[in-house]
Amino acid sequence: MILTDYAAPGLHCELTDNPAGGEIRARLERLSIDALQARAAAAEAELYNLGITFTVYSDKDAIDRILPFDVIPRVIAAEEWRHIEAGVIQRVAALNLLLADLYHDQHILKDGVLPPALILGHKQFRPEMIGVDLPHGTYVHICGTDIIRGADGGFMVLEDNARTPSGVSYVIENRHMMLRAFPDLVDGIGLRAVDDYGLRLRAALRACAPPAAADPQIVLLSPGAYNSAFFEHVFLAREMGVPLVEGRDLVVRDDRVFMRTIGGLAPVEMIYRRINDDFLDPEVFNPDSLLGVPGLMRAYRAGNLGLANAIGTGVADDKAVYAYMPRIIRYYLGQEPILPNVETHLCREPEGLAYTLDHLAELVVKPVGEAGGYGITIGPRASAAELAACRAQLLADPANYIAQPCIALSVAPTLIDGKVEPRHVDLRPFAITGAGTWVLPGGLTRVALRRGSLVVNSSQGGGSKDTWVLE
Amino acid sequence: MNNDLLSRSAEALFWLSRYVERAENLARILDVNESFSRDRAGARNWLSVVQINTDNAAFFARHPLADPAAVIAFYVTDAANPTSILSALRAARENARTLRPLISTEMWVQLNRFHARLAGLAAEELAPGRLAPLLSEIKEACQTHTGITEGTFFRDQGWYFCQLGRYLERADQTTRLLDVKYHVLLPRAEEVGSPVDASQWNALLRSAAGYHAYRRLHPRGIAPAQVAGFLLLNRRFPRSVYLCVREAELALADLTARYGLRNGRAAAEELDALRGILSAMTIEDVLIGGLHEFLDMVQLRLAATARALGEGFFGSPPT
Repeated sequence: MILTDYAAPGLHCELTDNPAGGEIRARLERLSIDALQARAAAAEAELYNLGITFTVYSDKDAIDRILPFDVIPRVIAAEEWRHIEAGVIQRVAALNLLLADLYHDQHILKDGVLPPALILGHKQFRPEMIGVDLPHGTYVHICGTDIIRGADGGFMVLEDNARTPSGVSYVIENRHMMLRAFPDLVDGIGLRAVDDYGLRLRAALRACAPPAAADPQIVLLSPGAYNSAFFEHVFLAREMGVPLVEGRDLVVRDDRVFMRTIGGLAPVEMIYRRINDDFLDPEVFNPDSLLGVPGLMRAYRAGNLGLANAIGTGVADDKAVYAYMPRIIRYYLGQEPILPNVETHLCREPEGLAYTLDHLAELVVKPVGEAGGYGITIGPRASAAELAACRAQLLADPANYIAQPCIALSVAPTLIDGKVEPRHVDLRPFAITGAGTWVLPGGLTRVALRRGSLVVNSSQGGGSKDTWVLE
Repeated sequence: MNNDLLSRSAEALFWLSRYVERAENLARILDVNESFSRDRAGARNWLSVVQINTDNAAFFARHPLADPAAVIAFYVTDAANPTSILSALRAARENARTLRPLISTEMWVQLNRFHARLAGLAAEELAPGRLAPLLSEIKEACQTHTGITEGTFFRDQGWYFCQLGRYLERADQTTRLLDVKYHVLLPRAEEVGSPVDASQWNALLRSAAGYHAYRRLHPRGIAPAQVAGFLLLNRRFPRSVYLCVREAELALADLTARYGLRNGRAAAEELDALRGILSAMTIEDVLIGGLHEFLDMVQLRLAATARALGEGFFGSPPT
């Protein structure tokens, strides 16, 4: 009875507190811990053999690591999913409207809803994009919205990822593996499928290609096989049936993009790029970049090329702009946010800084420009010295920080060293936007494998779970 | 019609096949040597493997003597030796990694496992008595790759580059396999025709999987010239230089015709010239001019073909 000793007092559990989780719980209970471990080991071996890995490079060797995978699924009831899905769609709509406005008339700045200094001085704000019109006004074609759940079971948005969010390949490969390893668990349970992501993505890219291209050639632009996320690039290119190119495969002639093929240069009209803005075009951005393609921006501005995501989306998923998202949603959509933000104190504002300094030991302090869980101070877990260091940083550069209450993230039963224990989880649904927005049912559930840890990032000891949205 | 094969991918497919074929043939060369090395020419036999791969400088920088253990370790598990089986497999896998959007998952999984197996080999597995089964295992894993490719890889433009890489490498390796034997035995004229000699030629044929076919063709016995002729010029034997060159020529012709590619002409001319030579000559003609010299000429022409493919398709600068 694998759940006999399982308990998560004071926390919301995604399985045991889930009214839709009864049947899955009952089926799990029929497995012994040994059987569960044996299947988990087989599943991990398969992930490795299939090369569903991220790659760590040492001086001479490529080391493939799998993202640690937990076999006990995270369950989302149909009703919960409808709520999340509507909230994500609303959020993506607001992000696209915000970006279209910031790169055109900037009404939101003129109306005083966002401080102009926050936007215009932002290093991810790209003046090159001002006045560029994009098909359907879509800037954020692929969005990953990080969602957490507090002790009361309420969903909240923790972060928007509007640049090049990653992780969707794990969602789909995790599912394939669960279907093979646990057919008895899945059978007849009414699981929403995840395998048409590639088709949906391709259709959205097609819809956002330059209208003049009758049959646009779509490619996926990757930094190459030495990038840690290379498997995901492979996966997406394969799922869409498009070439996986690197910067050196592309060339710009007369403001048009071509790829070097065995038959000569072949035109390219739409690029799903997995390279950050800074490295994309050495003519305009980082001149030392060897990953990008000189002239790409000229082709883009001339309307001969589509890019997903658009250039300059990084200004919208900034942690400081995040704090304004409820106001941004109201401003553009005239609606209340379906998914609330986590309460956020902007240290760039005097009252936010004062509150943060007064409550440092209770708050989570995050630098606005970092990703991957780096640079975070978790007040309740920090030593006196760490708090002092955090205070000094805040005083030195307050605008670089936000502070949020420490949320007791929901947990899910997780197989740890032959026992099932609660571990904290989050959720990153993926939204694809062409003419309209579609959200992949579920998304990436990340799990903090270290006992008590609230940091789910893979760079900080996180793993993943299959996410089961029930019909 | 899909006309979107990147030059970089075509080159990677070409080398993926070449490296796997190279690993297989290296296993064959070591295998035939393992069988030879029981005679009194044993030490010189192992040295010949080093010579045939023109690795003298690299080898003797690391080992004082070409004894069996040193040569075997150098060619099987030495990651620092770029011509070892392990290095070939690592290069094959690195090429396959960049090709994962194109190749089948089954191709990748097998190669990934095979590489992991080789990278984790224990030194004991190279010991006498265990080496032969290990070499068989390597040979079979390479053949498995070829079989999976045959059975799962989509046959558009990329397929032809796999074929070209495989057959060019196989032709080259057959010349080297033959050269190993001649290097060792031809100078020792007194041994030609002796019983030891026959058994060694048998071993050579077996390592090229040609023993039974040769027997059917020449039921009266083994003659060195006939063995050399068989490995070089036979029209039906899948590892003969002639057949490999012919297969490469057909693959290239099919590729360029089907996809309307004009840039394969130089490579086609090289292959046509080489096939012409192999069609016109008898083994007696070859031996008069010197087998070693002939094999050198073939190797140079194969290299010129690969260069022409590079310039025509892979975007290599003209030489």
